[in-house]
Amino acid sequence: MNPADRVERVPPSGIRRFFELAEERDDIISLGVGEPDFSAPWSARTAAIDALERGKTSYTANRGRHDLREAITDHVRRYDLEYDPDTEILVTAGASEAIDVAMRALVNPGDSVAVPQPSYISYVPGVTFAGGEPLPVPTSADDEFVLTRKALETAGAADAKVLVLCYPNNPTGATMTRDELAVVADFVRENDLFVLSDEIYAALTYDGDHTSIATLPGMRERTIVFNGFSKAYAMTGLRLGYALGPEVAINAMNRIHQYSMLSAPVTAQYAALDALRNCADEVAEMRDEYNRRRRFVLSRFDEMGLDCFDASGAFYAFPACDGDDEAFAENLLREQGVAIVPGSVFGEGGEGHLRVSYATGMADLREAMSRIETFITER
Amino acid sequence: MESKRELLTLLLSNAREDTADLARQIGLSESDVESMVADLESEGIVRGYQAVVDWNRFTDEHVEAEVELNVELDRETGYEEIARRIAKFPEVASLRLVSGDYDFALDVEGESMHDVSNFVAEQIAPIPEVTQTVTHFVMETYKERGIEFDDHDEDDRLSVSP
Repeated sequence: MNPADRVERVPPSGIRRFFELAEERDDIISLGVGEPDFSAPWSARTAAIDALERGKTSYTANRGRHDLREAITDHVRRYDLEYDPDTEILVTAGASEAIDVAMRALVNPGDSVAVPQPSYISYVPGVTFAGGEPLPVPTSADDEFVLTRKALETAGAADAKVLVLCYPNNPTGATMTRDELAVVADFVRENDLFVLSDEIYAALTYDGDHTSIATLPGMRERTIVFNGFSKAYAMTGLRLGYALGPEVAINAMNRIHQYSMLSAPVTAQYAALDALRNCADEVAEMRDEYNRRRRFVLSRFDEMGLDCFDASGAFYAFPACDGDDEAFAENLLREQGVAIVPGSVFGEGGEGHLRVSYATGMADLREAMSRIETFITER
Repeated sequence: MESKRELLTLLLSNAREDTADLARQIGLSESDVESMVADLESEGIVRGYQAVVDWNRFTDEHVEAEVELNVELDRETGYEEIARRIAKFPEVASLRLVSGDYDFALDVEGESMHDVSNFVAEQIAPIPEVTQTVTHFVMETYKERGIEFDDHDEDDRLSVSP
């Protein structure tokens, strides 16, 4: 059997090699994890249990349960977003499915999709699987990994059909202010691009408020916003996300979704409904805890002399390692038993950096940082 | 105020955390944290630092009981006077005035059920204002001061994930 060409064009994930290296030993401390170390709030878990006990195990409406879509409508008003639960929201199996479906719904064969990098590892393959041509737009530490007009112009993004955004960002932890987004929005409107804006880390913004690019003038009609329950509500394994966008885009996405997925998992939808209604305090507690760890990690890197900008969102720090990041990460793992992910795995602009997740308890985090310091000192 | 609340949260989760790490997490200098701790102690907000101990793992000679206490007040004697008297006993680990069916809730500790029973019968029940005691022996502790006592805390996440 020969897999399709578009599958062959996507190389195995660079993260896989580090996963296999880390799996070789059982005494590691992992700062390589892209998911919360908390469990979902107990109230949301009991809602899922209750749904199962009541025998709620069937498909739901393709777009997701109506009460959940209404709750999402209410929830996103905190970001000044207003969407019609009947026509402008699609509930999906994780934000990942939403992004995949959006790519397939929008991208024609040969269409160019601009992907700022370093970026979450699924965007570029997603473009390829949709038949499009990924156009990397490298961002740099000099700009604190914020997407600039210059970066877009240099990469030739004016000719792209779609621009992907992710902020707060995985892997850098960088986020974007309203002013920085306004610059991007000007470029997008001038060149008639469509934006796929992955805002799944919005609730984990530490300095200032999260601004959705869809709230900027003229952007709502050319933007699909993605969010979900994995990060803020620690519900990664329940696989529940959603897309917000103009009716025509959501309809197109739903046309694919209804044939490929039918509906998002019903148990997770009940958990998500409860999460939106009852778990704001737990989200705030988790965010406060991440924020304390963030300050700790950034302070420790500063003391070690590793240059790290103020990663002010998500739960990642992205320090520079002064040299070959893959060798750094591999040697750190072998010599000190600390797993981190080299920045180059996340594309252009990530080289010479390290993704350090602080979604781990303080005791392990403290020990891991000491080991990194020892590793640097002994190098 | 916000920094003090943050510091209290951290001390509640781990009072042994060193000052440098506390300072890094709150984003203040070590000397600021030291003076905040001193303030919290002198203001009587932080009353002490203790370990949360799972005694079952250490010794069989430790028994705890929750005791409900009803009292009758008179013109000369209020809750304060009774509480002050009871709190002096070293066997009483905690003492609270509560609303509901009884007046005081006591946590009593001893080396055996006999110890605890004797203490309640001989020291607490005879207090003139005490009208009734109900003693509940603790059979098992699952959670204390926010810390769960089970061992199911393994992290089954992948070691490296996107």
